[in-house]
Amino acid sequence: MTKATDRALSITELHDLELVALAACLRERKVSAIETARHFLARAHQHETLGVYLDRNETVTLAQASAADQRLARGSAGTLEGVPIAHKDIFATKDFVTTAGSQMLHGYRSPFDATVVARLAAQGAVTLGKLNCDEFAMGSANENSAVAPLGHTRPVPVPNPWNMAHIPGGSSGASAVAVAARLAPGTTGTDTGGSIRQPASFCGVTGIKPTYGRASRYGMVAFASSLDQAGPMARTAGDCALLLSAMCGPDPDRDSTSLDMEPEDFSRLLEQPLAGLRIGVPREFFGAGVSTDVARAVDAALAQFEQLGARRVPVSLPRTELAIPVYYIIAPAEASSNLSRFDGVKFGHRAAQFGGLADMYRKTRAEGFGDEVKRRIMIGTYVLSHGYYDAYYLQAQKIRRMLADDFQQAFRQCDVIAGPVAPTVAWKIGEKSADPVANYLADIFTLPASLAGLPGMSVPVGFGEGGLPVGLQLIGNYFQEAQLLQTAHQFQLATDYHRLKPQGF
Amino acid sequence: MPLSSSDISRIAALARLELGAIESERMLTQLNGFFDIVEKMRAVNTTGVEPLAHPVASIRDIALRLREDVVSEPDDRAANQRSAPATGNGLFLVPRVIE
Amino acid sequence: MASETVPTTPRAAALVRGYEVVIGFETHTQLSTHSKIFSRASTAFGAEPNTQACAVDLALPGTLPVMNRGAVERAIQFGLAIGAHIAPRSVFARKNYFYPDLPKGYQISQFEIPVVQGGQVEFFLEGEKRSVRLVRAHLEEDAGKSLHEEFAGQTGIDLNRAGTPLLEIVTEPDMRSSAEAVAYARELHKIVTWIGICDGNMQEGSFRCDANVSVRKPGAPLGTRREIKNLNSFKFMQQAIDYEVRWQIGQIEDGNTIGQATVLFNPDTGETRAMRTKEDAADYRYFPDPDLPPLVIAAAWVAEIASGMSELPRVTAQRFVDDYGLPEYDANALTHSKALAAYFEGAALASDLPKLVSNWIMGELSRRLNQEGLDIARCPINSVQLAWLVRLIADGTVSNSAAKSVFHTLWLKGNSAVANITWPMVPVAAGGHSGRSEVEAVIDELGLRQMNDSSALGKVIEEVLAANPKSVDEFRQGKEKAFNALVGQVMKASRGKANPQQVNEELRSRLR
Repeated sequence: MTKATDRALSITELHDLELVALAACLRERKVSAIETARHFLARAHQHETLGVYLDRNETVTLAQASAADQRLARGSAGTLEGVPIAHKDIFATKDFVTTAGSQMLHGYRSPFDATVVARLAAQGAVTLGKLNCDEFAMGSANENSAVAPLGHTRPVPVPNPWNMAHIPGGSSGASAVAVAARLAPGTTGTDTGGSIRQPASFCGVTGIKPTYGRASRYGMVAFASSLDQAGPMARTAGDCALLLSAMCGPDPDRDSTSLDMEPEDFSRLLEQPLAGLRIGVPREFFGAGVSTDVARAVDAALAQFEQLGARRVPVSLPRTELAIPVYYIIAPAEASSNLSRFDGVKFGHRAAQFGGLADMYRKTRAEGFGDEVKRRIMIGTYVLSHGYYDAYYLQAQKIRRMLADDFQQAFRQCDVIAGPVAPTVAWKIGEKSADPVANYLADIFTLPASLAGLPGMSVPVGFGEGGLPVGLQLIGNYFQEAQLLQTAHQFQLATDYHRLKPQGF
Repeated sequence: MPLSSSDISRIAALARLELGAIESERMLTQLNGFFDIVEKMRAVNTTGVEPLAHPVASIRDIALRLREDVVSEPDDRAANQRSAPATGNGLFLVPRVIE
Repeated sequence: MASETVPTTPRAAALVRGYEVVIGFETHTQLSTHSKIFSRASTAFGAEPNTQACAVDLALPGTLPVMNRGAVERAIQFGLAIGAHIAPRSVFARKNYFYPDLPKGYQISQFEIPVVQGGQVEFFLEGEKRSVRLVRAHLEEDAGKSLHEEFAGQTGIDLNRAGTPLLEIVTEPDMRSSAEAVAYARELHKIVTWIGICDGNMQEGSFRCDANVSVRKPGAPLGTRREIKNLNSFKFMQQAIDYEVRWQIGQIEDGNTIGQATVLFNPDTGETRAMRTKEDAADYRYFPDPDLPPLVIAAAWVAEIASGMSELPRVTAQRFVDDYGLPEYDANALTHSKALAAYFEGAALASDLPKLVSNWIMGELSRRLNQEGLDIARCPINSVQLAWLVRLIADGTVSNSAAKSVFHTLWLKGNSAVANITWPMVPVAAGGHSGRSEVEAVIDELGLRQMNDSSALGKVIEEVLAANPKSVDEFRQGKEKAFNALVGQVMKASRGKANPQQVNEELRSRLR
């Protein structure tokens, strides 16, 4: 395929350009930031039925694009100058509402931008708007959003563009859909228990969660403090590398958990061949629970890696199953505390009718929070409460260390760990919404890396039942994002899955 | 160890969540379903294992960073109160608190 | 966490109606940092509501805490001052509860592992040395303020105070009387202000005490305690505890049991009353705050802080006793504040007459300062001037009574606008001239230089004796009063300039 930059650019192809290529076009002035922004704003309108956007502001977007054009003309462009992206509505933005997908923050305007948002803007990225997500990032299907997206009068389950009867994954469901449906060349998401990797896998796009502490959490509406991480979603590893390099960096003034590590160029290893790469394949990731179609696609991907010079190494992560109860103790516990600030006093929703302060609290929170959020607050409150802390929360944090140690053991024998992102492809809308526990169980492969704080990626490697994408998970050791991206990039040089797009987009 | 409905009302009270009768019952069932999978975890022998708070602390010491004692946040009351449900004379207003 | 068993103490604590009083204190001291403990907003008192409450203080979505080094330094200084163990590693925990002045719905505090552990506070109570053991001192954030008066049916929340750093100082239940408790509180107040970690302004809420009070028959197990919250004056502290003790004893004598409760003291009625909104045994669901890694304090940092700390008040007081020969009472009074101790020492070194200096400071000087509401740092008479005044009295240049007028004039001429104390005092060598000329100038201006010339004095005495034959006769008959009358006449005739000692001696020898 001839590179788009080789000939005059047709405006209708703009959304088919991968992010890196688009950035190059902008830099080479083959297209302006304003034209680009207008194009993607039009696409957003065109596909409003998807329910992907919770907020846009054309004036703001075009003003940002105009400023980008000026910098491009001056030659003082950032790495993402003029590139339009959209942010998951978990990130605080001054110029757009921030709802976290919740009625609790209906209409909320943050007085500051999240550090990740500011860092991307500092490189010239243009914000298209805020993306739908599961409420407070709690969910695996984007069925838990409580906010009506633009063009809709009530909340809608966001569909998977590959098969509109199916879920896109979550909680960064709309972030994945936006990329798959070519509504944005790149988006931001957050990953607490798999919320970037799983929707990336279900929607056939590429996404990465960096090592915990690499990206600042300042301005991310907190769900689970020791697990939340911001990350990019786009069509290729190269695109993700460019975005991730801008997003990551120390934030000592604002986030005490952000690591003191200098910003890194995560693209630096992309072109290096994989010969000699040892790919750890945990047997616990390939058991009976994995559906045949997923197992087939993952296996084919591993075979492809071997063709590229990598070598499979059997490893074991024996406590994988424990990751589910451990995560679903720790995350709700932290969330129950993080969500206490939503009390109707300083910001956000306040009940219209109440009798006295205590009643105001109870009604405000009952009205503002959806079912899944309430469920997790209840779980979290319980496991922290007097008499249960040792048996649940403390025990879970101890097993968490054991899980992290298991990974270190495995990494003695391999460079990256590979396996499915999820046991199945995306399920039907509504199929699991009545049974929260069923949703939890499907997170089994993404939770361990979250608990250990390790970087993890999802790479599109094929399709399964219903024509739905399958993603391969790559897990690296701490700070090995560049190697993960290299591994994915080399795979993408040899395959085409990441270039395919769903019909009608 | 299954929860009872008095557990549900106690937790809901702690969390300041008003739950209706049907909602409470549903919550009870769902939480008990959840705690069934959690029971396995309780049986694991974790003697001598330190809890892991910051994930990266599994491979290196993570200590609290300290910042210099400098004032650098100016008065931004108008912006900060932009989304406040009720204010008066710069104060956040709530129903009368009785001590 | 206080120990469950209370050691039997050798001191004979006064019983109240046959009951032993057991008191423990929790004191919240606001640390004197410029910015808040977890945000960069100002801690200055008195600003318009919510103008010093930034996004972090308001708990806006996405905000996170970042620790203030100055707060940790002050905690370490306190730990050193009371001989405590500074934890090399301590942990911040969330204390979860809902209240409108608590923006996050939890307070960041320390639970299982506080920064300061152990230590003791020593003080004197009616001449006897006492020691109260500390359990711990930990860092935490202050909450905002609730204002109930401004809006009918509503409460106004001001979050300026939210996030101000607090050091919560917890004692063992070692105190046995309200007087002892107040003495402890005063000493603690002296320590925290002396070392400069807290401005000690109780009206502004910088130093707030909660008293845990229970009673029991001697030898019986500990009684149920009730907590009197937010005592911010020493006077009210004593009243509140006394009332609470009487109330508890009354309850027990009536056959009622004491239920654990939090109570507030009403200064108008002088009574304590249980607060209405108390959750039954509040479940705070403490857990380590995942937003804050553990606080690590290296021994080198502690040593650095220790070397930068000035002498502590108890040590200074002892030094005043040892080096200047002052009685303990004087030494204790003069170390009420660092500034006062510096003032004394400056005057003592410049005059070489420490006891006389002490008398003047504790007497006339303190009286004038109190009258005018001045702090010693603003005293119009500086310590070297006082030193010279004392020297010039001692060498007879001016009489003690005349000196009072000199003092008064120096005071009026002095400048109270400038704080003029340094610590440690740079000693002005005894005999130095700085300050002397100002004092001598006033003496001469007032014409109070004592007549020390015996021939001039002799003349005046002769005149007086001649003019007062009756008194002379009465004296010769043994009436001492007549002698005093003659002395008075001589002083009057000399317009106060005669040296009273000399007058005494001369008169006696002439009247022999």
